[in-house]
Amino acid sequence: MRSLSHRARFLALGTAAVLASALVAACGSSSSGSSSSSSKPILIGASLSLTGDFSADGQAFKRGYELWASDVNAHGGLLGRKVQLDILNDNSSPTQVDTNYTDLITVKHVDLTFGPFSSLLTAPSAEVAHRYGYAFIEGAGGSPLVFSEKLPNVFDVALPVANELDPFVNWIKSLPAGQRPATAAYPMANDPFATPQVQRVQSFLQPLGISTVYSKIFPEEVPDYLPNADLVAAKKPQAVILGSTDVPTVASFMHGFEQQHFNPKVFIAAAGPDQGQSFLSAVGTANASGMMVPNAWYPGYANPTSQAMVAEYVAKYGGTASGVNADVAEAYSVGEVTAQAVKATGGTVGSKIIAYLHSGVTLSSVEGPVQFNSLGENIKAIAFIFQWQNGKFVQVLPVGAPGSVKILYPKPNWAS
Amino acid sequence: MANEIAQAIAAGILGGGIYALMAAGLTLIFGVLDIINVAQGILVVLGAYLSYVLSVHLHIDLLVGLLITVPAMFVIGVAIYWLFIRPLRGAERTSMTLLACFAVALIIEGVLYREFGSNYVSLTAWYTTSSVHIFGFYLPDIYLIGFGLAVLAITALYLILYRTTFGRAVRATMQNQTAARLIGIDVNRVSAVTFGIGTAVTAIGGMVYGAISGGFTPNSGYDLISRLLAIVILAGMGSIGGALVAAVFMTTAEALVDIWQPEWSVAVFYLAMVIILTVRPAGLFGRRAARAQ
Repeated sequence: MRSLSHRARFLALGTAAVLASALVAACGSSSSGSSSSSSKPILIGASLSLTGDFSADGQAFKRGYELWASDVNAHGGLLGRKVQLDILNDNSSPTQVDTNYTDLITVKHVDLTFGPFSSLLTAPSAEVAHRYGYAFIEGAGGSPLVFSEKLPNVFDVALPVANELDPFVNWIKSLPAGQRPATAAYPMANDPFATPQVQRVQSFLQPLGISTVYSKIFPEEVPDYLPNADLVAAKKPQAVILGSTDVPTVASFMHGFEQQHFNPKVFIAAAGPDQGQSFLSAVGTANASGMMVPNAWYPGYANPTSQAMVAEYVAKYGGTASGVNADVAEAYSVGEVTAQAVKATGGTVGSKIIAYLHSGVTLSSVEGPVQFNSLGENIKAIAFIFQWQNGKFVQVLPVGAPGSVKILYPKPNWAS
Repeated sequence: MANEIAQAIAAGILGGGIYALMAAGLTLIFGVLDIINVAQGILVVLGAYLSYVLSVHLHIDLLVGLLITVPAMFVIGVAIYWLFIRPLRGAERTSMTLLACFAVALIIEGVLYREFGSNYVSLTAWYTTSSVHIFGFYLPDIYLIGFGLAVLAITALYLILYRTTFGRAVRATMQNQTAARLIGIDVNRVSAVTFGIGTAVTAIGGMVYGAISGGFTPNSGYDLISRLLAIVILAGMGSIGGALVAAVFMTTAEALVDIWQPEWSVAVFYLAMVIILTVRPAGLFGRRAARAQ
């Protein structure tokens, strides 16, 4: 009796496992979609941080996706089918993003998926998409954390995070030894976006003889960074390379430095100064002068499709061209790359799209050319460094690149 | 190194005052009403947004604006009590008030998102980036102002509680609501006013938070609430003076750890809190002691 019961339980478990496998396979096969034409819209699922820590970026991404979708539909859709977005809110939570993509794929049976915002959320969601055979094209998951899993379905259209500050390093290298900063500080937020790029800069500047006086990782999401800013200021580094993720972090450090009457010769932050009016209102227009930030795109980027997108954005959402966030371009690029892959493969079949994007083909986007390596990094992405100069956000690096103006160096003193 | 330690202690003490300002309302409301107001974080942010509106749209100085935001937040606090807390009765009241406060937080967050969007805003004035040179250190003016306001607010709360007839009614309510009713205290009125006072004090904390944070959004309350709850628990739920001590302990411990291993600073504080609560489960100035003051 006992053995019968044991066997029955074993059978039940086995049946459940088989059914579960069949279910997963069925869901996975749905990702292969259909190559045949149909009047049904192509359903694209995405999870975005519409609330929570990344909500400012998430909202900008949503506008970017929607702008792309409306453009595509205005031109007859994809493969003759309209495009329809299904965007869920993950509240900036890595757990929720996992649930959302599972829901989009297994319940809503979307034809394609677009990535979420931030590497922190891209890493878990890419795994979900991989499980069901979906290509996962994204625009804000460029940290090594995302690529370390070596998932074949991940394609980041943006610049790999670790390389964002390369033009800054090249510029420092190009300076005569006497003009280079002698010392540098590397405070970094504990975030997969912030740390890799700052650590990379440190690894290049140290061999140049630029002495490291501070290099520490601080926790994110604390309400103020005064103690950390004080510690950096006490070391009086000539260069500060701040691994920030948002406006409050960089504004707190700037306020702290000003309160300590400390002004570095050069101050570059991984994120924050690129946030336009939010940044200016937090630090003041005069104090912003000299602050630098890396990015792969800016509203004045001399690319016809980019300029058309900026004009459309302003017409649809209002504001000015200079207020268009780089997140919008990243999201729009995701749509553009997906569209090219769908057209080239003649459908939404995940495996075909993945193979096509790994074929070494060069695609185009509002951010410039896109070509993926075996990890899914965009090896054709262009890195720029921007700087605030007298209330204007201008491209300064690479030196000599189209659109670059003379860098403001050393950084002007605090205005107040 | 000695300089760094001294600077960290100064930053910790001043920062602690600001956290105490934000946590005072939380501990007062718990002390009187037995309510863990999980909406405290969003109320701090609401206070910051009210200061923002006055500063940016009406060009009223942040400190002067407190003359408007404090009474406004008092009214909001009384309204929250009458609309969401007072109707709750019975054995499940404590858990229901927790849910009600969470609902209040979500409603306020939603309204703020609708009105202000998700972009960061910040509070600025001449004193938010200036500092004074004392004993060889530059101390930020806004932190000194925040610490001064914390001492003033906590002293005012103490005087209200221990030197006024209303305060006697509040303490009677804290000790035993049924007995308080029997001797003619209008417990509902006392509770509503206490909730209002707790929320009003939060307006001051919100202004200072908005000025030191470098930027805030409607979502910023979530980063605050866990730290505020930790301060109140370490202090001993209901102890207002204890909140100042616990907040100073938290920020000083974190600032000291920052010197060597900043990534561990938050963890070290929580570890210290667990150790202290193991020895003193009621917190540094536990509830019984607080109510007997």
